[in-house]
Amino acid sequence: MEGHDFALWEKRVDALMVLCGSKGFFTVDGLRRALEDMGEDAFEKHSYYERWIAAVNQNLIEAGVYNLEELGARMEEIAARGPTYGEAQDG
Amino acid sequence: MVERVRVKAMMPPGHVRAPAYLRGKQGVVERPLGAFHNPEQLAYGLPAEKKPLYRVRFRMDELWGDAAENPGDTLDAELYDHWLERL
Amino acid sequence: MPHDHPDHTHDHDHGLSPSGHPYRADNDEPLTYWQRMEIAVRELLIEKAKISPAEIAAQIEAMDARSPANGAAVVARAWSDPAFKARLLADAGAASREMGFDIGPLNLIAVENTETVHNLIVCTLCSCYPRNLLGLPPDWYKTREYRSRAVREPRAVLREFGVDLPDSTRIRVHDSTADMRYIVLPARPEGTEQMTEVELANLVTRDAMIGTGLARTP
Repeated sequence: MEGHDFALWEKRVDALMVLCGSKGFFTVDGLRRALEDMGEDAFEKHSYYERWIAAVNQNLIEAGVYNLEELGARMEEIAARGPTYGEAQDG
Repeated sequence: MVERVRVKAMMPPGHVRAPAYLRGKQGVVERPLGAFHNPEQLAYGLPAEKKPLYRVRFRMDELWGDAAENPGDTLDAELYDHWLERL
Repeated sequence: MPHDHPDHTHDHDHGLSPSGHPYRADNDEPLTYWQRMEIAVRELLIEKAKISPAEIAAQIEAMDARSPANGAAVVARAWSDPAFKARLLADAGAASREMGFDIGPLNLIAVENTETVHNLIVCTLCSCYPRNLLGLPPDWYKTREYRSRAVREPRAVLREFGVDLPDSTRIRVHDSTADMRYIVLPARPEGTEQMTEVELANLVTRDAMIGTGLARTP
């Protein structure tokens, strides 16, 4: 199959990318740079939106929108909410 | 007037918008596109001055030599002025 | 290699969405690291009042509303109206906005297929795509295989899409390396002289506007 309906989390990554770009938190160039810095094998190991959320996060950290401690703590908290995306998606 | 250019062959590390497969290759300016903020600065969150951008047309035999499927087919790419040498 | 989805003939019997795509296992699958990152990033942005939930919802809705039908309407107008076609080829962004399509800050260039020229679009650096006019790119467009082969052996790639062009046709590949996005204006098929703009738009596939396909013949 060549296409799929995107999963909700993927659409959210796309929306965050577009909105943060339009608000000036980073540029498309910053995203591309972060993608390239992941190295060649990131293309084999990770899906498209996995790479993009990593690039979005990298740029937001660099822009000082939030810091690594906040990110780490939040990701821990989210893991404790439940075993599926459906259960964990909203605090 | 046809303007012939060559893409600089240098290979600095980091975010560069001139694709590696075009470095050192010759082509002709297809059209000027105007000036855009330098992506090599924007990529690192730095102030970026505007640089002229061109669409450059390359012949496939220039890019791939004998491996070209059809030498007269072409490839167009957008390249910043600071990556081009006039011939 | 893939086709436009209206051409699908296989495996339609289980779990397809109204648009003809398989449903994705999503909310019931085990939570991944990257999904946790998405949730965390989104929540932090909302808490810090950088982005509102309403903005995210509106952005997803706008994205869902974009489809190749938008581009097909532009192509059909160009086939029907020579003055519009001239404006499209001169400034595709302005011509698309004229039809009411919000293409954002995109710099759009339309490239015209003729009897002697066939255009093909790719982005070798990432996966730039005229998304405001065609919606999100198909999966194959984003693969490393397509991105590397389209510039090196476009004729072989096109054959896999079922487009076999004679040597006399000049192929022009367009690599979206910087700030431009491209859309192919396909050649108008024979035998369509009497068709309305709406009928013409139905002949214009997504792949025809990327260059990996031709417009359908009636």
